[in-house]
Amino acid sequence: MNYETVIGLEVHLQLSTNTKAFCACPTKFGQKPNSQTCPVCLGLPGSLPVLNEQAFLYAIKVALALHCQIQKIIKFDRKNYYYPDLPKNFQISQYDMPLSFDGFVDIPDESSSGRKRIRITRVHLEEDAGKLIHPEGEDYTLVDLNRTGMPLLEIVTEPDMNSPQEAYDYLTKLKTILEYLKVSDCDMEKGSLRCDANISIRPIGEKKLGTKVELKNMNTFKGVRQGLEYEVKRQLSAVKDNEKIVQETRLWDADKQVTISMRRKEEATDYRYFPEPDLVPFVVDPSIIDSIRNTLPELPEAKVNRYMKELGLSEYDSNVLAGRMDLADYFEACAQVYENKKTIANWVTGDILAYLNTHGIMASELGLSANGLASLLKMIDAGALSGKMAKDILTEAIETKVDPEDIVAKRGLSQISDSEKLEEIIKLVMSKNEKSVNDYKSGKKNALGFLVGQAMRETKGTANPEMVNKILKKALGE
Amino acid sequence: MNIDRDTVRRVALLSRLSLADSELDGYCSQMGSILTYISKLNEIDTKDVAPTSHPLSTLKNVYRKDVPKPSLTTAEALQNAPSKEGDFFKVPQVIEKK
Amino acid sequence: MDDLHLLTAHEIKIAIDSGVEPSAVLDAVQKRIEAIDSKVKAFAYVNKKATQVKRGGKLSGIPVLIKDNICVKDEATTCSSKILEAFSPPYDATVIKRLKDSGAVLIGKANMDEFAFGSSCETSCYGPTRNPWDLDRIPGGSSGGSAAAVAASQTIMALGSDTGGSIRQPAALCGVVGLKPTYGRVSRYGLIAFASSLDQIGPITKDVEDAALLLGVIAGHDVLDSTSVDIPVPDYCKSLTKDIKGLRLGVPKEYFVKGIDPEVETAVKKSIETLRGLGAIVVDISLPHTEYAVSTYYIIGSAEASSNLARFDGAHYGYRDTDAKDMIDMYVRTRSKGFGDEAKRRILLGTYCLSAGYYDAYYLKALKVRTKIKEDFERAFALCDCIVTPTTPTPAFKIGEKTNDPLAMYLSDIFTIPANLAGLPGISIPCGFSSGGLPIGMQIMARPFGEETIFRASYAFEQSTDFHKRRPTI
Repeated sequence: MNYETVIGLEVHLQLSTNTKAFCACPTKFGQKPNSQTCPVCLGLPGSLPVLNEQAFLYAIKVALALHCQIQKIIKFDRKNYYYPDLPKNFQISQYDMPLSFDGFVDIPDESSSGRKRIRITRVHLEEDAGKLIHPEGEDYTLVDLNRTGMPLLEIVTEPDMNSPQEAYDYLTKLKTILEYLKVSDCDMEKGSLRCDANISIRPIGEKKLGTKVELKNMNTFKGVRQGLEYEVKRQLSAVKDNEKIVQETRLWDADKQVTISMRRKEEATDYRYFPEPDLVPFVVDPSIIDSIRNTLPELPEAKVNRYMKELGLSEYDSNVLAGRMDLADYFEACAQVYENKKTIANWVTGDILAYLNTHGIMASELGLSANGLASLLKMIDAGALSGKMAKDILTEAIETKVDPEDIVAKRGLSQISDSEKLEEIIKLVMSKNEKSVNDYKSGKKNALGFLVGQAMRETKGTANPEMVNKILKKALGE
Repeated sequence: MNIDRDTVRRVALLSRLSLADSELDGYCSQMGSILTYISKLNEIDTKDVAPTSHPLSTLKNVYRKDVPKPSLTTAEALQNAPSKEGDFFKVPQVIEKK
Repeated sequence: MDDLHLLTAHEIKIAIDSGVEPSAVLDAVQKRIEAIDSKVKAFAYVNKKATQVKRGGKLSGIPVLIKDNICVKDEATTCSSKILEAFSPPYDATVIKRLKDSGAVLIGKANMDEFAFGSSCETSCYGPTRNPWDLDRIPGGSSGGSAAAVAASQTIMALGSDTGGSIRQPAALCGVVGLKPTYGRVSRYGLIAFASSLDQIGPITKDVEDAALLLGVIAGHDVLDSTSVDIPVPDYCKSLTKDIKGLRLGVPKEYFVKGIDPEVETAVKKSIETLRGLGAIVVDISLPHTEYAVSTYYIIGSAEASSNLARFDGAHYGYRDTDAKDMIDMYVRTRSKGFGDEAKRRILLGTYCLSAGYYDAYYLKALKVRTKIKEDFERAFALCDCIVTPTTPTPAFKIGEKTNDPLAMYLSDIFTIPANLAGLPGISIPCGFSSGGLPIGMQIMARPFGEETIFRASYAFEQSTDFHKRRPTI
């Protein structure tokens, strides 16, 4: 029997507001423990929450970018459970009237060359919990409540993904969209983006969902894919061995590359949700929703389409460029001052992106500005630089932050395209390499390549290689 | 209306309370009679009635601007902590990981 | 000078203006506390170092007692519960900030029912407060300490909190004035929550003018409380006109049923006649869902309380049991040892009503009946300007009389609970005495933000009688 995998993802996104969700404490990362708290986020008796308007507006922005419907009357609910990182022992979250619902994200479809729609069940706003530290070998736990009360968006999908790769694609697509909106760092390492998964398998054709396993502790996108891959294998092999799949929560162990059961008591948690009486309902005026919609930037999907249709770029290049907003911005700035978009795309998706990835920086931090790149490309067009020379100058321009034109002028690196000069050089090369000349004349055609190489060496790489080729051939009597 | 001991135990666990066996019967019968009295509400037809969570039905959209205010100092945050270590609250070990 | 503690705040203001030292007032009050509190036990904590923080201001030099569920910065705030022993908040409640700014002198914390769960002040971990009119009887609850202290002149004014009658009922049983403002009129920031959609802080005072004065200081919008309303605070003292000609008093038939002490019924009916004599018009009204109010209240109140009290677990503040071997064990031991029986009962009841499978039948149902109760009042207020009822079904009962019957205890709040469910303002003023010399209170309720009407009606009544002038002989 053949089985299919069914995956749903739950992403928690920490919003980059200046203050927490329900109090005015600052939200700086990495502060001294328990130095960013107040009676509200400490859950001191008598404290009361007041909603951060910016967090609310960011939430609507995300919901609209994910094509969700905005709820007419929005309310908050208490999710009641006991844990030391949750000082009130309830979390202010949303239950039956979440901020938004029924959205989608499209990802590449593995089977066809089209798109697959991943439905978004809901996007809602809630508060984060604190951090626990379990010192090794000790019988106590330490609690830091700085993170308590930070605003979180919970983005939940329907179980529409059918492979770990699709889950990975969804996450990368989602992250790109969120980066465009500038509402969060989206940094899994800093914990501002977290992902849990629900995964089950079922016989192909079966409509009912199989027993689902919740998977946590995946701290990178790759980790998500690996964790899910492992889980699929585990579940398939369990079924083959006629073992029942237990509904449970498992943790991904990135070191051992396995998922382990949390072995928790199987008491279903009763969160006793009820409407938060300390917060009033929120009714968003349609004009506000419209004005937020108008502030949405051109989103990745639309950008890719535009690059393909209007600029004639390939789907691959368009996706790479649109995959990072900073890269797209850089590309577009260059495209303002240079005609050939495909050429720009080649350089940006090639050498430039490679540099950004190696050094872990944003395109806006690059030593070579978009204008600088354009001037470099213009020099190539004018024949003043060979492609190889241009690459060297690119690197030097980035590292020294000196304008390419200035580098070329300083090093006297202009490409030699003067035929008279080249003829002289070639005469010299031929006289130094009589053997190769004779080899060529007696039929060894690849001696030409050697001689071209010698000419390039002689000119320290500045000879125009096409012209060298032409002149050599002529000199060799072709 | 009778509420049995198991139900009271389960509700107690949800509330992080433990009741001694000697107390359990007392709570059972008290809760039972309260719940009997409370079930009076079933006499009323509320099929098409909207629930009132907030007595002030006109109050909506109360926000706060995203402007930081000074937090408590760490000393103030920890001033009532039954146990602390450095800048942290200290609690007995958490066995279940979330 | 010796009798300064017997004066009202408005009388003391006049005295201070004519040269009496605020310290003399404080001194008189503190001497009175020392003399009788061992008998009354109104105080959870006496602030022997009480001082005036600011001079000038509406309550300059006036001693005020604060119920022990209102946070005063760096002072013990325990809700009369073991689980908050030695808890001292690092912040002031908004009402406390306003009191300090008005020049009031905060003289200590009043005893109360643990976490405000109770109508008799008997569930306090410090032991019960006694009614100054008869030390074998309860002062009412949960603001029993505040009411008893005002009645016995151990303070000039007090703050209480009211969730189902906890200001009005003890005020009635102690023969003083107690007002629960409209929900949202006074900030709840810093009030240790019992039921978030029902709680309000309010004044307990010797007469109506003092209540108007105190409310004027504590009322008003607070950006720290999302449920506080941004409506200007009128000068309540302007309502003290004694003129109630044409004022329509609604008298609901459901509040005069079997089970009321006949002396209470007589006293209140007589008071209604007094009001009629002053020019008010009496209108018969009906509030048909009154009999469901207690059930509705206990579901909503307990449910919200069970969630509000979840934070008391020994982790970050308060009492912690030290024998626990792990986190969960600590929670369970701390809460089981730290909470009294009534607190546990309410938590269990509330958790049950919210739990899976029971939410619709109990909590949601109660929220719907609440709507019906609210609508009863809306219909009634089309026919009248305020509603007059007894505050309690009986005068003060004996200590210990109802402690074994929680349900009987709950039913003593039957007349005060509806105002909390509907968010309405309500006052209790003295309107008579039983043949045994125990105070009887009359309740006047009004529309939301109708405190001015309440003051107008109650002042007119008060000034044409002298019940408010009588003091216990203690």
